[in-house]
Amino acid sequence: MRTLLAILLALSAAACSGDGDAAGRVSVRGSDTMVILTQRWAEHYMRAHPEATIQVTGGGSGTGLAALINGTTDIATASRTITERERRNLRRNRDAEAHAVPVAIDAVAVYVHEDNPVASLTLAQLSAIYRGRIDDWRDVGGPPGRIVLYSRENSSGTYAYFKERVLEDRDFASEAQTLPGTAAVIHAVSRDPSGIGYGGIGFGGGVRAVPIATEGGDPVAPSAQSALDGRYPLARPLLVYTAGEPRGTAADFIAWTRGPRGQSLVEAAGYYPLPRVRTAERVTR
Amino acid sequence: MSRGARSGERELSEPGAPRAVVPLGQGFETPLAHRLAEKAITGVAFVAIAAIVLIFVFILKEALPLLWETELHGEIGGLDALFLPKQWAGYAEAVFVWQPVGTPSKLNVVPLLVGTLKVTVLAMLISVPAGVGAAIFVSQYAPRSLREVIKPALELLASIPSVVLGFFALIVLATWMQETFGLAYRLNAIVAACGLSLAVIPMIFTISEDALRAVPRELSEAAMALGARKWQTTLRVVVPAALPGIAAAVILGFGRAIGETMVVLMASGNAAVMELFDPTTSARTVTATIAAELGEVAQGDPHWRVLFLLGVLLFVITFALNRLGAAVIARLHRRLTAGVEA
Amino acid sequence: MKWVKGDLLLAGATGASVVLVLALMLVVLGQVAILGAPSISATFLTEGPSSDLVGGGIWPAIWGTVLMTLLMTVAVVPVGILTGVYLAEYAPRGSRLAAWVRAAVVNLAGVPSIVFGLFGLGFFILFLGRGVDALLYDGQPVWGKPAVLWSSLTLAVLTLPVVIVTTEEALRSVPQDLRSAALALGATRFQTVFRIAVPNAKGGILTGIILAVSRGAGEVAPIIFTGAASYLPQLPTDLRDMYMHLGYHVYALSTQSPNVDAARGSLFGTVLVLLVITFTLNLTAMIIRARSRR
Repeated sequence: MRTLLAILLALSAAACSGDGDAAGRVSVRGSDTMVILTQRWAEHYMRAHPEATIQVTGGGSGTGLAALINGTTDIATASRTITERERRNLRRNRDAEAHAVPVAIDAVAVYVHEDNPVASLTLAQLSAIYRGRIDDWRDVGGPPGRIVLYSRENSSGTYAYFKERVLEDRDFASEAQTLPGTAAVIHAVSRDPSGIGYGGIGFGGGVRAVPIATEGGDPVAPSAQSALDGRYPLARPLLVYTAGEPRGTAADFIAWTRGPRGQSLVEAAGYYPLPRVRTAERVTR
Repeated sequence: MSRGARSGERELSEPGAPRAVVPLGQGFETPLAHRLAEKAITGVAFVAIAAIVLIFVFILKEALPLLWETELHGEIGGLDALFLPKQWAGYAEAVFVWQPVGTPSKLNVVPLLVGTLKVTVLAMLISVPAGVGAAIFVSQYAPRSLREVIKPALELLASIPSVVLGFFALIVLATWMQETFGLAYRLNAIVAACGLSLAVIPMIFTISEDALRAVPRELSEAAMALGARKWQTTLRVVVPAALPGIAAAVILGFGRAIGETMVVLMASGNAAVMELFDPTTSARTVTATIAAELGEVAQGDPHWRVLFLLGVLLFVITFALNRLGAAVIARLHRRLTAGVEA
Repeated sequence: MKWVKGDLLLAGATGASVVLVLALMLVVLGQVAILGAPSISATFLTEGPSSDLVGGGIWPAIWGTVLMTLLMTVAVVPVGILTGVYLAEYAPRGSRLAAWVRAAVVNLAGVPSIVFGLFGLGFFILFLGRGVDALLYDGQPVWGKPAVLWSSLTLAVLTLPVVIVTTEEALRSVPQDLRSAALALGATRFQTVFRIAVPNAKGGILTGIILAVSRGAGEVAPIIFTGAASYLPQLPTDLRDMYMHLGYHVYALSTQSPNVDAARGSLFGTVLVLLVITFTLNLTAMIIRARSRR
């Protein structure tokens, strides 16, 4: 009994050791859309820079930005831009301005089951579907059947982006099932012939991405080209936020992700790399 | 044993000495160290009380400012929007909506309460018959050997972490149910309720079985002596006698079901639908909402405060259910230890 | 007693519910065992996950679970046992304090696990952690963020009732004669309790500790905001580190992995490991309890 106690205490004491120096230790929190990519970045970066420690957690863009505001993370990854309220909160809680850096391009795809024959959707139709105004596939060129809506949790940047861009800030239908990750959305849609979902382009399997048309335009399927030249209506930058200008290891890490090694990982993850000309820009929105 | 020299000790240690009678209050004085240790132990006992008080205080502390931070009320459409239906922009009528992201934040908690109630009641509809039925079987009909297999098995079931049950409901049960019953929504209230009941049944079983076994044998023997069959005795004598215990089991099981998080987070579809009676629609519970959304909120935001308010609600409800269950069990003990009542 | 038709019906119906519940449990366990076993290998258990979480192993999750549970045990065992000792040995009959402690224990046991998460966040991280930061680190977030320390303390509070109740019960089942004999021989109450009563209640107390450990290792809701992470490249070595966790990994894999189907192997494997650990702990506790009752 005594030896057991001694062992426990010794282990706890060992756990207490370790310096208070946080240099080299960076925590990254946020977008589930980006979490795999961020983890890959972290893995490769740490191989090249063994003295650095990068901790990555998902939870959604909202989670990352909230953690940035609350001071519990150094870097927040986001698949949407920061809101005014969040900017204000950051100023109030951490006395700093939000600093955004684009690190990749993503297209939000609209997924249906691979057997669903619908050829394309307009933004207006998509909006009506997700607001519950259109609830039968028949009304958009598919076989008769109720449309089952799959959406994301409201911590998701993808959710917020979709709500702002497609729904024009109106509410989702309350029947929309909320799932905690794009993977979960794809998983659900791949099992549901009458389902529809949305999410970052980097995932797949058992589902089809539907070409989207703007008002009066032609339907465009998501691809690297259509995302970069703006023809695909739901293309967006993936961003990295810090409180104020990034410093130290965080700054180094962010710069590395925008470099050739980091960007090749972007492509490997299924997203689109930054176009050369935008690399030096800072998103000012 | 270390003691200081005492008058009695010397006398006792002499062989043949008369037995010393040490007057009460004299003789064996407890060393200071031991007395201090006893005070310390009494102090440690306060930790449990402190814990429950601190829990309540600290979640209340984060929720309460919503009442007086009037500048935030505009962001959520007014304090009454938390509970009353509101006609928001773009809606044809007053509705209950939980959509925190957007301006204004729509933070009506009623859909969440409805979702929690629905999933919990469904789970209880499954768990109570199953749990009480199993308890009846094990305490009245099962031979000893069978009892010694079933009870440990159910205890093992109780030890399965709820994340595993949620995972099972999400990955296996949902698919099976959708394929067998042709449900519109794969993740819905009934799937979550089935997963929940696996967590609640062992609890209801254990408490009910204890209550049934605690019924004095005289009662059932008297009934059988009067010619009643075993099933009649069970249903009309034993079960009614154990009813307080069974009621306590149901109350505590209800409290457990309301507070369960992982199962509903993974398997209920998490749609804040205002639908109380259709088990095949998705539901969003209070616990899943807190778990899913707390990570994304900035401290001090009205959304943050409302999530903590939901926590306070949960605490108060489960606290009340626990007091009720404890009171019922106490009544049961008093009734049984006061002697056999007809 | 001879069974009649009514008995067959009743026994049948109630027996059917037993069969149904046990069958469902077997389905769960069977699926996990069958679909999880192929994933179990030496590499799975000793290596970290690949960065997309789909492949690789779960060693960091095992390590994190063990570390956090160990810290939790160090916190809960002294407090729980001493409180149980107080209730069983020191509290005068009808003591108000004892009644309050017991009421607090019953209520703690009923608090939903997510509320513990809120408590961990609101008290340990934001109050204690930030407080320490303000005092010692000039407001820099050093302690005031999710960490293995805060998770373990949160879970210690959650599992406290288990240890207290089993300790009290174990002590109560020690025959009073033993204590009387000790007192008659001149022992102080302290000596009687800690040299006679507690050692004789060892089995029951140990059962309680093991059950608490099993419970603490499996709970996920309280650790979501108090320290669990979905991917850490290095093992936690400091109280301030975040950590990976088997239960949280199951949750993250089911919801965050890029391809839930591809992650199935890892998922079931992780669940299997978690269940093996939980069951081993619980079965051990059950055996110890059965032995100490004889």
